[in-house]
Amino acid sequence: MGIGEFFSYGFIQRAVLAGSCIALLCSLLGVLLVLRRLSLIGDGLAHVTFGSVALGLLLRLHPLSVSLPVVMASSLGILKLVEKARLFGDAAIGIVSAVGIACGIILASVAGGFNVDLFSYLFGNILSISTTEVMIAMVVSLLALLIIICFYNDLLAVSFDEELAKTSGIDTRRINTLLVLSTAVTVVLAMKVVGIMLTSALLILPAVTSLQVARGFKNTMVLASVTAVISVITGICISFLLNLPSGAMVVIMNFAFFLAALSFNRLFLKK
Amino acid sequence: MPIDVVAVNGVGFRYNELEILSDISFGAERGDYIGLVGPNGSGKTTLIKAILGLVPSAVGDIRLFGTHLSHFRGWHRVGYLPQKLDSLNPFFPATVKEIVALGLLSRKRFVKRIDRNDDLAIDKALELMDIRDIKEILIGELSGGQQQRVLLARSLVHEPELLILDEPTTALDPETRERFFTLLRDLNLHKKVSLILITHDIGSVGKYASKLLYLDKKVIFYGTFSDFCLSSDMMNYFGEFSQHLICHRHDDTRLP
Repeated sequence: MGIGEFFSYGFIQRAVLAGSCIALLCSLLGVLLVLRRLSLIGDGLAHVTFGSVALGLLLRLHPLSVSLPVVMASSLGILKLVEKARLFGDAAIGIVSAVGIACGIILASVAGGFNVDLFSYLFGNILSISTTEVMIAMVVSLLALLIIICFYNDLLAVSFDEELAKTSGIDTRRINTLLVLSTAVTVVLAMKVVGIMLTSALLILPAVTSLQVARGFKNTMVLASVTAVISVITGICISFLLNLPSGAMVVIMNFAFFLAALSFNRLFLKK
Repeated sequence: MPIDVVAVNGVGFRYNELEILSDISFGAERGDYIGLVGPNGSGKTTLIKAILGLVPSAVGDIRLFGTHLSHFRGWHRVGYLPQKLDSLNPFFPATVKEIVALGLLSRKRFVKRIDRNDDLAIDKALELMDIRDIKEILIGELSGGQQQRVLLARSLVHEPELLILDEPTTALDPETRERFFTLLRDLNLHKKVSLILITHDIGSVGKYASKLLYLDKKVIFYGTFSDFCLSSDMMNYFGEFSQHLICHRHDDTRLP
C-alpha cells in the first residue's frame, strides 16, 4: 500500500488530524506540568475520567459530555486541596485519582460489570474516532492553544518561580486555574487517542524528550510539540500496518524518541 | 506631603502557635536606603514577604506607594530579589535572557509579549550585572553566584522605584559584591530608588544604608545609623561594647 492510498482513508485522516491536535496540546501542557513537578496530574485526572466514563455509560449519555465537567471540577479540586488542606501536589493528585477510580469501579459494578465500551476507553482507539469528535478535538485544541499563546510569559514565570511571578503582578491563582483546566480538557480528549491508562504518557514523554536536548523555554515547547505530533502520526501508521493497538503504539513511538534524545544528550551534549 | 513608598502599620503574623512578627510599624520614604537586620528567625524575610503580599495571613495594614496592598497593582514600581529560589529546578530549560526578561512582565498588559524594544533594557540589566556573555546559557547550568546575578538583573531590568533585596550578596565574590553595592548606591543617590536590604552584617549597614531597622519579631530600633549609635536604649540592648563595635567598624567608610 502506498503512502497516498494510506492517507486517503477517511478514518486515517480523522485519526491523524485529531491525534495531532491532541498531541500538540499534550506536549505543550506537559512541558509546563513536568517543570512544575505536576507530571502525574495527567494520570490522576485520567483515573477520574475512568469514573466519569462509567457514569456516562450508566446514564446512557455520551461519555465526553459527562467527562468534561467532572474532570474539570476534579482538577479544580486538586488545586483547592493544595491551597486549603495544605497538601503537596502529589498527595492531592493521589487522593483525587483514587476517588475517581473507586467511583468508576462502583459505577461499573452497578452497571453490571465492565463492558466492551468501558474497555475501549481504557485503552483508546483513535482509528475509530468520529467526525464530531474530530471537530471537538480541533476546536478545543485551538482554544487551549490560544490560551497558552496569550499567557505564554505568565506560564513561564509561574513555572520558574511562583513567588517571583506574584511580585511581577501575575495573578498566579488564575494561571494555575487555567493550567489545570486546560490539562483536564486535554486528558479527556486524549483518552480517545491512547486510552485512560496511557494518557499521562502523552503529557510526560514529549516534554522529557525535549528537555533532554532543547535549549531555551520556547525551543523546549516547540521540540516537544514536534516529537509528539510525529509520534502520533508514526504510531497510527505502524499500528494500522502491523494491526497493533494504536494507543500503545503512539506511546512506544514517544518512548523511542525519548531514548534517542537521552542517548544524544549523553553522547554529544552532556546536559 | 510626600507619600511613603512603604507604610507598615501594626503588622503581625503567627505560624501555628508561633509568633513570627508582632505589631510591626515603620515607613520608608522615597530615596530611603534601609538596612533590615536582626538575628536568625527574627522575621526579616517574613516581613518583606508580607510587604510583597506573599504572606496572605499577615494581619495589619501595609501600603505601597500609598495604596493598600490588596488594591496595589503597580508592581512595575517594585523589584524583589529573594534569599534563594525554593523551587529552582536545576534542569529548568530557560536561558539567562529569558529569565531576566520576566522582570519586564510587570510593565506589560495582556497579552504580555517581550518584543525587540525590550532587548535594550534586557541587555542593559545584563551589562550591569556583567552577565551579557552568558545570556544564552541555561539558568540551571550556572553557579550559585551567577544565578544570583541573573536574579539581580531580573529585579533591576524594569527600573523599579522600590527595590527589596533579601541577602543579595551571599553567593557573590568580593569584587562583584563591591560592584553591586556601588550600583545600589548609585541607584539610590542618583535615581532616588528606595531600598530595603536584608543583611546579617549589622556592621556593614552603616556603610551603605541611611536607615537601620533592627528586627527581632518586633521592631527593636528604626532610625538613622547615627541615632542607633547614640541611642542609650540600644546600648542597653546590645551592651556598650557591641554597640561600639557595630558603630565604629565602618565609621571611616560611611557614605554621605
